[in-house]
Amino acid sequence: MQLTSVSVTKNESRQLKSDPLFREEVEALSGVNISRCYQCFTCTLGCPVAYAMDYRPNQIIRLCQLGLKDAVLGSSTIWICASCESCVTRCPNEIDIPHLMDTLHQIALREGVPPKEPAVPIFHRAFVEPIRRFGRQYEIMMTVLFILKARKFSFKDLRTNASLGLNMMKRRKLKLTPPLIKNLAAIEEIFEKAESGEQK
Amino acid sequence: MKYAFYPGCTQESTAEEFGSSSKAVCQKLGIELKEIPDWNCCGASSGHFLNDELTHALPGRNLAIAEKQGLDTLVVCAACYLRLRSTQREAKESPEFRKRLAELIDMPYEAKYEVKHLLDVVVNDLGLEEVSNRVKKPLKGLKLAAYYGCYLVRPPKIVAFDDPENPTTMDRLLESLGAEVVDWGGKVDCCGGSLVLSRTEIVLKLTGDLIKGARDAGAEAMVVACPMCHSNLDTRQSGKDRLPILYFTELMGLAFGIPKTDSWFKKHLVSPFNLLKSHDLI
Repeated sequence: MQLTSVSVTKNESRQLKSDPLFREEVEALSGVNISRCYQCFTCTLGCPVAYAMDYRPNQIIRLCQLGLKDAVLGSSTIWICASCESCVTRCPNEIDIPHLMDTLHQIALREGVPPKEPAVPIFHRAFVEPIRRFGRQYEIMMTVLFILKARKFSFKDLRTNASLGLNMMKRRKLKLTPPLIKNLAAIEEIFEKAESGEQK
Repeated sequence: MKYAFYPGCTQESTAEEFGSSSKAVCQKLGIELKEIPDWNCCGASSGHFLNDELTHALPGRNLAIAEKQGLDTLVVCAACYLRLRSTQREAKESPEFRKRLAELIDMPYEAKYEVKHLLDVVVNDLGLEEVSNRVKKPLKGLKLAAYYGCYLVRPPKIVAFDDPENPTTMDRLLESLGAEVVDWGGKVDCCGGSLVLSRTEIVLKLTGDLIKGARDAGAEAMVVACPMCHSNLDTRQSGKDRLPILYFTELMGLAFGIPKTDSWFKKHLVSPFNLLKSHDLI
């Protein structure tokens, strides 16, 4: 572990802890060669959600190259990325940033780093829960799980979402009963094997 | 033409109208669909987010069953399309990947068959002449913005039937139905996808920009091929002047004169009835 000085703005620089092994870890886990980035900014210029991130996509790559693990895993960027695939489509060095983001938030979840955007991983966990139970998506369960666990909705948000839910139910766009596949054992086995590599 | 058909979860819930219009249109065009028996969810937005093995094992099980059917797989949802194709591509390229996938799903999978999107099959394999030959009610005067979003065209290493920056497949299809398509800049912009519950305001900004872009270009409706985009665009518009969001298959069905298309249009939160009536289409 060493300290690296990073310019945050023109007038402010911060001493950040650098982990020289982090870049290698990220490259090995993701299979993405981040060393190729030469900071052309193409990723950030085309990113539809860069405006909502604390570090821009090109900055995340630089932080990874420098081994500044805490800054990367503590960023909002790794959770805000919408996986729209614009950056990897345009990157002159074919750096697969969306896949890199997957690797980064998987490391953050595994190491128990508190997510800067807690509602995002709560959504994804709520999304896979019905798949685990029924083999297919069951939107009502997913939404209820999200609302209960994220506890971010104000009364007004809840009312908006409830009325949207009712409107969708009226049009039979939401199924009341869960879907259920026959070979649920196969799905359980897939989850068990895939998740056995994850550490809590 | 015969395909193993992967409907995807939304075809039976939030995008039921996309599912039934796709099936009706395929029947009309002589595209035979054999539903993949006991298919499961592909993991969509969240499998890849949480776990690299889950993201391939979930689509992998469907692909392995389809391989037993001995057919290429046809997908209508853009998100399922990317997930299935991504697993198929990796399996095709790497024996190690196939080995691990087989362990995960407890079935062999050799990636012998292709994964195709309905839009690709209709426009590039069947051809637009076959489409225009079946048009009974041309969509004359209807001004449409074709919206591709992300996963029909990106990443081009995995999904590659059209140009990733300026695709035209859907535009040409809509023209062959007699509609007028507008040229606009939002074709491949992102709608915010799965951030809709966790960061709703981001999705509202992105969909707002898209709807404004389509309207400024003169469009009276936007046309999509992704249930996630549809849901984000259709269900969260506010105000009086709302832009109808239609699936390309619904418009094909309408132009082909398929009966009971109104049962599809009734499902939309932004009703397209006034627009379609104003052009004498319904």
